[in-house]
Amino acid sequence: MKTLLRPAITLFVLLSAITGIVYPLTVTSIAQAVFPGTAAGSLLVRGGKPVGSTLIGQNFAEQKYFWGRPSATSPQPYNGITSGGSNQGPLNPALVAAVKERIETLKAVDPGNQLPIPADLVTASASGLDPHISPAAARYQVARVAAARKLPPEQVAALIDVHTEGRQWGLFGEPRVNVLLLNLTLDDQQGK
Amino acid sequence: MTIHAWLLLGVYLALLLLAAKPLGSYIAAVMEGRGLALRFGGGIESLLYRLCGVRRDEEMGWLHYALAILLFNVLGALAVYTLQRLQLWLPLNPQGMAHVSPDSSFNTAVSFATNTNWQGYSGESTMSYLTQMLGLTVQNFFSAATGIVVVIALIRSFARHTARTIGNAWVDLTRITLYVLLPIALVYALFLVSQGAIQNFDPYKDVTTLQVTEYDNPKLDAAGQPLKDDKGVAITEPATTQTQTLPMGPVASQEAIKTLGTNGGGFFNANSAHPYENPTPLSNFIQMLSIFLIPAALCLTFGRMVGDMRQGWAVLAAMTLMFVVVAIAAISFEQQGNPLLANLGVDMAAGNMEGKETRFGIAESGLFATITTLASCGAVNAMHDSFTPLGGFVPLWDMMLGEVVFGGVGTGLYGMLVFAVMAVFIAGLMIGRTPEYLGKKIEAHEIKMVSITILVTPFLVLAGTAIAVMTTDGIAGIANPGAHGFSEILYAFTSAANNNGSAFAGLSANTPFYNGLLAVAMWFGRFGVIVPVLALAGGLAAKKRITASAGTMPTHGPLFVVLLIGTVVLVGALNYVPALALGPVVEHLMLYPAH
Repeated sequence: MKTLLRPAITLFVLLSAITGIVYPLTVTSIAQAVFPGTAAGSLLVRGGKPVGSTLIGQNFAEQKYFWGRPSATSPQPYNGITSGGSNQGPLNPALVAAVKERIETLKAVDPGNQLPIPADLVTASASGLDPHISPAAARYQVARVAAARKLPPEQVAALIDVHTEGRQWGLFGEPRVNVLLLNLTLDDQQGK
Repeated sequence: MTIHAWLLLGVYLALLLLAAKPLGSYIAAVMEGRGLALRFGGGIESLLYRLCGVRRDEEMGWLHYALAILLFNVLGALAVYTLQRLQLWLPLNPQGMAHVSPDSSFNTAVSFATNTNWQGYSGESTMSYLTQMLGLTVQNFFSAATGIVVVIALIRSFARHTARTIGNAWVDLTRITLYVLLPIALVYALFLVSQGAIQNFDPYKDVTTLQVTEYDNPKLDAAGQPLKDDKGVAITEPATTQTQTLPMGPVASQEAIKTLGTNGGGFFNANSAHPYENPTPLSNFIQMLSIFLIPAALCLTFGRMVGDMRQGWAVLAAMTLMFVVVAIAAISFEQQGNPLLANLGVDMAAGNMEGKETRFGIAESGLFATITTLASCGAVNAMHDSFTPLGGFVPLWDMMLGEVVFGGVGTGLYGMLVFAVMAVFIAGLMIGRTPEYLGKKIEAHEIKMVSITILVTPFLVLAGTAIAVMTTDGIAGIANPGAHGFSEILYAFTSAANNNGSAFAGLSANTPFYNGLLAVAMWFGRFGVIVPVLALAGGLAAKKRITASAGTMPTHGPLFVVLLIGTVVLVGALNYVPALALGPVVEHLMLYPAH
């Protein structure tokens, strides 16, 4: 056993230093030199103040804004330090009740809307911080946002097209719209 | 499956198989002590050995090797435990994270030392940056290295004959870490940052959101526990905020080795669903590729080291076939969506999106779930708890196969080779000949070790689940009512004993009961397998090599591939079908009642 103890402890300490200190510090220094923006969190700044991150969604409930995915973080939705999903199973009555309530909220603010309700607009995301919705979920909200902002719907719909990202390299992922960027553009255009 | 999903699966397989061969040859070269990398890093390597008092040409017998591995991993668990228990007093803790509780620290220490990376805690509200990098990142490397060196020792035992030793554990651990894991992780981490993963040591950042959020804040008592009214409903008070706190940290460096080493423990609670861990569909694809990369390559390392590449290709073919079937199943079931929500008028064209991220959608979430559970990775980019019953059946089943279809780095291949020995043994019984594999006679000692290896995990899974469902502490953790609640417990023990680490995460597992019991399952699920595998290696290395005769069953053709698949699937099914029937199968029948 003694012949094992010295190599075990020394090797453990030395390899820990290499993989636990040298390695992360090397990654950090190269990353911050080459990709300073993303390494720091892809922050969005307006008027010198950070207003969010392009990668992290925010909670929107006002009529003039496009709404993002429902978020299951607690206590408030889109809480940056309690990421996670609802973990509700497919048969859980709480899931069905939550989706029903979300549909009623959507119908209440836009009673005339006859479009089918896209699944991603009424189901909670995995991270609770999903920055995106599907293009269908964005189009579903055009009439409401246009009315609240007194803008022609065509103009709002055109903005969605501008903000729609296709599949990465045409193959990976799904087409999507970044909700925070879309709402920021709307605010910027109206000079707020 | 959509055309897009088929295309994705095809591109994935093509790239994986393309990358496997060169990496497999490279690993073989490194582990045999030759190649360019060793000349390049030889100086550091020699210095390490000198400081440790290791003589690199001094090899170990299997028992010595096993003791070295055990000792190295016990040290790892102790280090992770200590760092968590003292983190408030240590540097790199800008958020002032408190010391972690003893039971949670114990669970996490065992979890990361065993390559399980089950997480009872939420990273962003529990762990300091120092604990993450010096405790958890280090164990991500070491537990991966441990798995790989054990399979290398087993491969050597087939390649050698009448030998007393199977390698030097210190040299093997050092080489796999320095020449394989570190360089790939470094490049991969930088790629992740290019996509948007964060890498810094800043304190968390407060941003002012566009609109004010109104919410119900739970009232807490003096001890910080939520207050409840007479009916057990939490008491809340209305609150508002216009501040969002963004978590920071050295994420990319940990994320890279998390998937490359089939570890799976996320920096954040949401794991690979978190946009700061897995920001784009491309980063997601590379994460999926990196999970299977080393397990696939090791099959060809095996072929090279035993001097017959066809042996490696046969094992890889068996794995690939089983993977394709379950991947198609998972994606198809999730694409169907949830009929209960469709009844409410929701358009289910996008599939079952509860617990999934928009940027990944169904195809990349279903594929990720399959890959992460077949490999004992356990990282998740979607919440498995919210999968459809049969969609959730797939990850459970994947783990129940024993993590041998690709499996964890090293662990997958040694598990599969154990099944290969079992398969030739069964074939030998059928035709009445002494079974042999790669020129080694399979005798009583081998079959004993193989049996222990195969039976340890099902025992831990089924006994653990039984204990949990019979105790109030076990039942208390359940989040979803009905059969799904049982599935949550079954999933937890399946994941722990097979060292996977993913979860039906609704289960409240950060309690002394689950922290303790799951830690036991993880430890014995890991070392209860590694020790008999090394004993098997010791026995095989000592055997004479017999030359193949007309009666030798070839172990590189389609017949053997089918036999191997049959053995793996049958053992999995025989062990677990009753338990599966009580969980996801019942749930499926309830979701689609007969009319």
